[in-house]
Amino acid sequence: MRLFLPNSAHLQNIEGFLRKYHPQPSSKILRVSGHEKYIHLHPMAIAMAACAGATATNGGWKTTGKIHNVRSVPYLIRMKLFEHLNIIPPTYIEEHEESGRFVPLTNVKTSEDLSKTVTNLIPLLHANSNVADPIRYVISELGRNVIEHSNSQVGGFVCAQYFKNKERIAVGIADSGIGILNAIRHSHPAENEPKAFRLALTPGISGATSRIGGNETNAGAGLFFIRSIAKVSGNFFVIYSGNTLYKIMRKQQEPDKLYSNPFKENHSLVIDLPKWQGTAIGIDISVDNTAEFSALLDIIRKSYRIDMKAQKKAYYKKVKFV
Amino acid sequence: MKKINLLEKAGSFAENKDTAAEIRDKDILPTLATGNEIEIDFTGVTLTTQSFIHALISEPLRKKGEETLDVLAFRGCNDAIRGIIETVVQYVLDTTDNDG
Repeated sequence: MRLFLPNSAHLQNIEGFLRKYHPQPSSKILRVSGHEKYIHLHPMAIAMAACAGATATNGGWKTTGKIHNVRSVPYLIRMKLFEHLNIIPPTYIEEHEESGRFVPLTNVKTSEDLSKTVTNLIPLLHANSNVADPIRYVISELGRNVIEHSNSQVGGFVCAQYFKNKERIAVGIADSGIGILNAIRHSHPAENEPKAFRLALTPGISGATSRIGGNETNAGAGLFFIRSIAKVSGNFFVIYSGNTLYKIMRKQQEPDKLYSNPFKENHSLVIDLPKWQGTAIGIDISVDNTAEFSALLDIIRKSYRIDMKAQKKAYYKKVKFV
Repeated sequence: MKKINLLEKAGSFAENKDTAAEIRDKDILPTLATGNEIEIDFTGVTLTTQSFIHALISEPLRKKGEETLDVLAFRGCNDAIRGIIETVVQYVLDTTDNDG
């Protein structure tokens, strides 16, 4: 397996990072290399690299490689990337509290791990609720998907970064489980990855049940909410599994209108990427001091409709709030 | 009336679906079966997720339909929580309609 850490792997150009990933599971060696001048990775790429490292270690593989001592190495050390990749960093740093900028890589295997992670990230961020809430929400929902649906031997790896001057947060999560196609096929017919992606991203469809609307524990709406948060805030959402990548683009003609069919959104779909055994997700969300997370959720609520034959009633108006 | 203090059971970020399922199975469903009213108190809870609320109330809503809303009330919800509850109620009852 080969993994190259490039000078730029943001969500807009993440395909470049993915195309340089070579699974080659027969080799039983993970070879890691990086750009010689600079390494800049979105949390999705960091989570994937950590997941690949943990999967190799878990499988008894040998990990080799050297990363140049570039400017971003201290950040990657504090992100705990080298720890999970199981390679020695090119330099050593004085560890200090990671406050205000990022949530370092965390391995989530159980419901308790996840609850602890979303609780512990508050003091790490030292940020207002308008910054912390979207991160907590996204990590919780995506983390539960990993725990409930992925069957990943190494669990999931999650991390986040807060770009204060750009008023943006970036979250990434990766697992090495059964992937979207197999998860959806538990309950729905899907002959290929694009069809499985469409189902997984459509509200009301869950791999846990064939029933539209989900069952008592799975609504089949988690990924729809996450992609909607990215769209409504005018940012990217990327999901990658098997050979396929789906991306919601930043520019949307109708940013406040949400389609249940993800292929009706302004998106890109790439189907010939190196195979990722499992699922990886990246999301960017804009945050500022004036926009409350509740306002963003409200847009989703107002736009949210499921394609069904039944005539709708405004049931939500009957809810009693006291 | 049965009162459920969510802060005590689920913390200020109510996101653990296992906790939601436990509250549903031990408190909400048995109370609804007796015909008594329920008040879920969110005071002190600052955020929740769609998945948590779905695990908490979707089964009661599907079992008794729209009339569940006559005996179920939510106290102390901020705007974000209120929006998530309204979305889940609408979603669950829409899909319950579709079953029929």
